Amino acid sequence: MLTHYPTKRSVLVPTLLYAQDEVGYLNHEVIHEIAQRLELTDLEVINVISYYSMLTTKPRGKFNVQVCTNIACMLRGGEELLDHCKSRLGIGHKGTTHDGMFSLEEVECIGACSWAPAVQVNYDFHENLTAEKIDKILDGYKTN
Amino acid sequence: MADLVSHPDEVKVVSKRFGKGATDIGRYLELDGYKAVQKALGMQPDAIVNLVKDSGLRGRGGAGFNTGMKWSFVPKQSAKPKYILCNGDESEPATCKDRLIFEHDPHAVIEGVVIAGIATGSHTGYVYIRGEYRYLLEIMQKAIKDAYARGFLGKNIFGSGYDFEVYWHGGAGAYEVGEESALMESLEGKRGIPRIRPPFPAVVGLWGGPTVINNAETLASVPHILLGGAEWFAKLGPPKNGGTRLFCLSGHLSRPGVYELPMGYNLKKMIYEVGGGIPNGRALKAVVPGGSSCPLLTAGEIDVAMDFDSMMKAGSMLGSGGVVVVDDTTCMVKFALRIMKFYQHESCGWCIPCREGTDWLKKTLTRFHAGGGVKKDIDNIQYLSENMLGRTFCPLGDAAAMPTISIVKKFRKEFEDHLEGRPCPFEKAGVGEPVLA
Repeated sequence: MLTHYPTKRSVLVPTLLYAQDEVGYLNHEVIHEIAQRLELTDLEVINVISYYSMLTTKPRGKFNVQVCTNIACMLRGGEELLDHCKSRLGIGHKGTTHDGMFSLEEVECIGACSWAPAVQVNYDFHENLTAEKIDKILDGYKTN
Repeated sequence: MADLVSHPDEVKVVSKRFGKGATDIGRYLELDGYKAVQKALGMQPDAIVNLVKDSGLRGRGGAGFNTGMKWSFVPKQSAKPKYILCNGDESEPATCKDRLIFEHDPHAVIEGVVIAGIATGSHTGYVYIRGEYRYLLEIMQKAIKDAYARGFLGKNIFGSGYDFEVYWHGGAGAYEVGEESALMESLEGKRGIPRIRPPFPAVVGLWGGPTVINNAETLASVPHILLGGAEWFAKLGPPKNGGTRLFCLSGHLSRPGVYELPMGYNLKKMIYEVGGGIPNGRALKAVVPGGSSCPLLTAGEIDVAMDFDSMMKAGSMLGSGGVVVVDDTTCMVKFALRIMKFYQHESCGWCIPCREGTDWLKKTLTRFHAGGGVKKDIDNIQYLSENMLGRTFCPLGDAAAMPTISIVKKFRKEFEDHLEGRPCPFEKAGVGEPVLA
């Protein structure tokens, strides 16, 4: 990937996300490793991380349930879906269940407006949802 | 999943190959794929630019700038390399169309990027796809790989002697990064803070070199224009608003979905005939015509042609093609609040009027919707928004201001109904929000 750009720094954002996918979150070791390879300081890398909403420096559940509540989803029950997930999982926004299985996040528009209400679990899209459907979907992740 | 729908009024140009397996390069070739780029290789760069100019193609991301004209700003000579950057950061609320292009016709985007490159003398293109669209990034990675394998990308493409590299690039969650100068900052590995303009990207862009930035749908339209001709494309829509576009219908509608309709299609018809009207016997209250950054329209304002110029005349914008239909069970104060919450969250934080303005407005609207508002708040919400307009470092501030101003002006009574501690008339009993933000 480094050969695709005139500067090393340019790979930073996609690299951080790929690293996070592998390690689970961006801890000090990962940050330092990436900084070294790209000839940046740890602080420069941390400053970039703090800008991007998908990146986290804190451990998260195995499955991150991201519920959209922006306008198209809101009109089709997105908020109720979020409340339902909070209830079912027993956690709030950016919380993680005790067993480390699920995290929950209220997110902005994920580009599923015509199939609202929609949720992403990690990178998987789940659309045209109801409370019953999301329950079945989360059951599916649990047994995985 | 992201199901495809159809309607007889559709004119399929950019969605022509949807559902036809065109992610497979062999299939894409069967469906007239990579013919346009070979035609472009035999044309003078200026001829390509003029063709695209004359087609009337205007940016499908939201700003609606004439694409050919944007390309013409790239200087002929450049000490630094020139770049083509596909903006696939689709994040405008209500917009879900580039998603379908990446899912069903990724090669059309690649082809558009290369044609833009030939037209402007560039040899490198990037396709930036938002981080959440990981499955689409993987489709694009494969498409690029397959194109290289066939000699359609890389050195001496199609044996023409012209070199062109295309690289994929994934984001990590940021609406502001869809703004073209913030997109460049992000691609360079930084926080997505926009740049001051002038200089514009076509003159000083990625790593200082001239850069053409176009939305994915805009680029995917280019090969069709090369093959069909400028006149054909221009005539599909009204003068200076050529072609068709993907409209994302959502909200309180019977048949939400992404439909490709000619530019200038009537919004009322779009809602009632294409979208199937409002279910459950409810009435229309408002429409978001082109993504959340546009002034909203009332039920009485929907008899309008959906093209850039007509929408501008009507006091709104064509925008990103995201049409959200709002029925009469919706609280417009809450709607304004949700929109402002989005912009406050997504504000990059660089400039004071946007950072402080969106925050102040979010706090005021939160307090107001929860029943803690006073009369002067209503005028203040309008005043703050109007003072953000045109005064922020990039259009995000305008994007936050415009829908807010339209909601306060057009639905003032709903604001007044929230005064004196009254509970929201639309809220279900027992469901409340804290008074303070």
